[in-house]
Amino acid sequence: MNAAPSRLRTEVAIVGGGLVGCSTALHLARRRVPCVLLEAERCGAHASGVNYGGVRRQGRALAELPLAGRARRIWGRLERLVGGDGEFRATGHLRLARDEAEVTALEGWIREAARYGAHGELLSRDALRARFPWLSDGFAAGSYCADDGQANPRLVTPLFARAARSEGATILEGRTVVAIERAPPGFVLRAEPELELEARVLVNAAGAWGTRIARLLGEGLPSEPIAPNMLVSEPLPFRIEPNLGMAGPGIYLRQVPDGSVIFGGGRGTVDLERRRCRPSFATSLSTIEEACRVVPELARASIIRTWAGIEGRTPDDLPIIGPSPGVAGLFHAFGFSGHGFMLAPAVGAVLAELILDGHSATSLAGLEPARFAPGSAAAA
Amino acid sequence: MSSDPLVVVVGGGPAGMAAARTLVEAGLRPLVLDKGPRPGGRKWQKPATAGFERRLPGHDPDLAERAIAEFLGMIDRIDWYPGTTVLDATRDRLWALGSDGVIDQTPWDALLVATGALDRVVPLPGWTLPGVYTLGGAQAALKVHGCAVGRRVAFLGTGPLLWLAAAQHLTAGAEVALVADTSHRLGALAALPDLLSAPQRLALGLACFRIVRRAGVPIRLGVRAAIVEGNETVRGISVESRGGRRHFACDAVAMGFGLVPQTQLLDLLDVPFDLEPTSGLWLPRTDRSGRTPVPRVYAAGDGARVLGGEAARLSGERAALAILEDLGRPTDPERAARLERELARQERFARGLARAFPFPAELEARTDEDTVVCRCEGVTAGAIASAVRAFGRHDVNAVKALTRCGMGRCQGRLCGLAAARIAARAAGVPLGEAGRLRAQPPIEPLPARARCMVAEPNG
Repeated sequence: MNAAPSRLRTEVAIVGGGLVGCSTALHLARRRVPCVLLEAERCGAHASGVNYGGVRRQGRALAELPLAGRARRIWGRLERLVGGDGEFRATGHLRLARDEAEVTALEGWIREAARYGAHGELLSRDALRARFPWLSDGFAAGSYCADDGQANPRLVTPLFARAARSEGATILEGRTVVAIERAPPGFVLRAEPELELEARVLVNAAGAWGTRIARLLGEGLPSEPIAPNMLVSEPLPFRIEPNLGMAGPGIYLRQVPDGSVIFGGGRGTVDLERRRCRPSFATSLSTIEEACRVVPELARASIIRTWAGIEGRTPDDLPIIGPSPGVAGLFHAFGFSGHGFMLAPAVGAVLAELILDGHSATSLAGLEPARFAPGSAAAA
Repeated sequence: MSSDPLVVVVGGGPAGMAAARTLVEAGLRPLVLDKGPRPGGRKWQKPATAGFERRLPGHDPDLAERAIAEFLGMIDRIDWYPGTTVLDATRDRLWALGSDGVIDQTPWDALLVATGALDRVVPLPGWTLPGVYTLGGAQAALKVHGCAVGRRVAFLGTGPLLWLAAAQHLTAGAEVALVADTSHRLGALAALPDLLSAPQRLALGLACFRIVRRAGVPIRLGVRAAIVEGNETVRGISVESRGGRRHFACDAVAMGFGLVPQTQLLDLLDVPFDLEPTSGLWLPRTDRSGRTPVPRVYAAGDGARVLGGEAARLSGERAALAILEDLGRPTDPERAARLERELARQERFARGLARAFPFPAELEARTDEDTVVCRCEGVTAGAIASAVRAFGRHDVNAVKALTRCGMGRCQGRLCGLAAARIAARAAGVPLGEAGRLRAQPPIEPLPARARCMVAEPNG
């Protein structure tokens, strides 16, 4: 067990040991800034450790693209940063349109995203059939982003946590933050079991619990807990190279090197008090049916496991990242709304810059907490 | 539409059948789901008709037929679904796959889980070779299909099933190359007072031992290490005991180190588990009546605690009475007390067995680092130990996440216990700190083409 003293003092306190928290700890520690991360359970216990594993820029809101571009560069050199590649592979990402309206949406995104350095290639119905013989022919067109890919979330958060520790960050697991007081110029956090942590700067990376942590400091930042529902098949002999998604609502699907097909759609159930979630069998059944319509050969396989992971979703489906509008020294990074895994490596880098330098070259416009602050133009 | 509460019994073995009968006698109409094609469970599987089955030690075809006939005699008062696999359950609903490939769901008011037990295996060098079976698998081949798993079968493990299966093979005329038991004779002697609590079961055990000895089969007790040999298939087995290491030629190995309750359904229903330190098994928490701490969820038979077929029958009946009590139906308290007394006697016998045939924890912890632990995913003991050291995590669920151990088709049924012990040993922590693999739905592989024929529940 950790023989942590009951009172600690540090420069930066981080609440939450998901990928965002661990990434923030790593980037701070690399700049030799003392930091202590408090995790209520184990690092990567929720969505960070059990998410779908998509690493894509394609289809993202434009506001996320600067961050996603930076994240993509980090994914490409993960081995050097954290001592393992987390099974990241640039397998490409294919986004499928069912009808003309969705095709128009794909074209629009390709046009806009090019300004951010993300390149999508529009594939006709015939091109889809020629390149991806395992795909059903029910799609009007697809957009392919070669730079996108996939990684193994079960490995990535442990790698970041381990790297952060070896750079000197303190990570305390099994510590639930129950109270936070402002003690200018910093904060005093009280965690169970018995710990008081004094820090000059506070990072709220508490995921689905981010809204609660913000409320402890009187900040109303909205998010609701969600638990995306995911499944995996037994290994299948054919090869689905790219990561798949839909232009409209629907499933997402990828095949991992051992041949298993991981896919998801819909939601499981969440109990935030007990910190538990559960896949929903009814959701799994409808997701299986839809996945078989996208990849008909999947009907020959058996599904061997289903799961869900808790995360926070904001009203506009965009994460809340940046300095608090009301509390000096407080930074938020939560509410990633089902697509934080890809961004998290860069979120830590940007937060470290904001905390230490006061600015970052990576724009957070449209993602900042201020958009939900009462009276702010963005919140109106 | 009946206003009677819906009691669902999962498992149609001795426990589930006894529970169903008790519920029917009380005027309820239970829903009974079982994976097998006919009632009786593993204990009373439909025997082969090879001619030898009536003579097998430990097999009482008349008792089995009587129990099954009694169950079928009240079938018009039971909703009986054979060939049905339960896949998931929540506090108000249960999902199952029928033999027709259709998924159905049912609400439930009380749920009795009587899902039985599986053989416990220990990963040994060569245990994944074709020709290695569990004791239960070898026994089923003999009793149900009328054939042996090889021309010359070696039996390795510990527990009454080891000797019973070997004796049954000999009685059926199969050739037995070896019976190798990790337990010592001394343990059996120390256990004698407890074993005397069920004299008939003790007599059966001794009879099996005599059959093996009289047949002149090599016997090794106190086995410390074993290696299954062969390249493509089993060619032999080497066992090490106090008398040294010796090789025995064989073309099949039947292996089992006691039984493991199949608790996935109870786990999905949030029933808490406690570590039983001597066996290293995590057992669902139940009281003497079969009630779990989760309201309206009950457990009986070997699926809760491995006490054997007779205890399964008693605990199934007792749990059914608990259900009736909780539903406010009249029950006879004397009947419940009598069942609990008889169960206590079976528990005493089980304590004796645990002492006579302790689980060989050392054999498991010493697993050689190249030995495959998770055969679905091909994860070795060395890979588990190095993940534990590299990430400082010894929780078996973290080990699963880091190594894929337990992620394959069997969902860790075979490897979960061994993986926990190897992880605890690598981290230098007590076994309990490695925890247990959590169940995830579906309990058994779900064919993607299976279709759900019921409308979505409202709300």
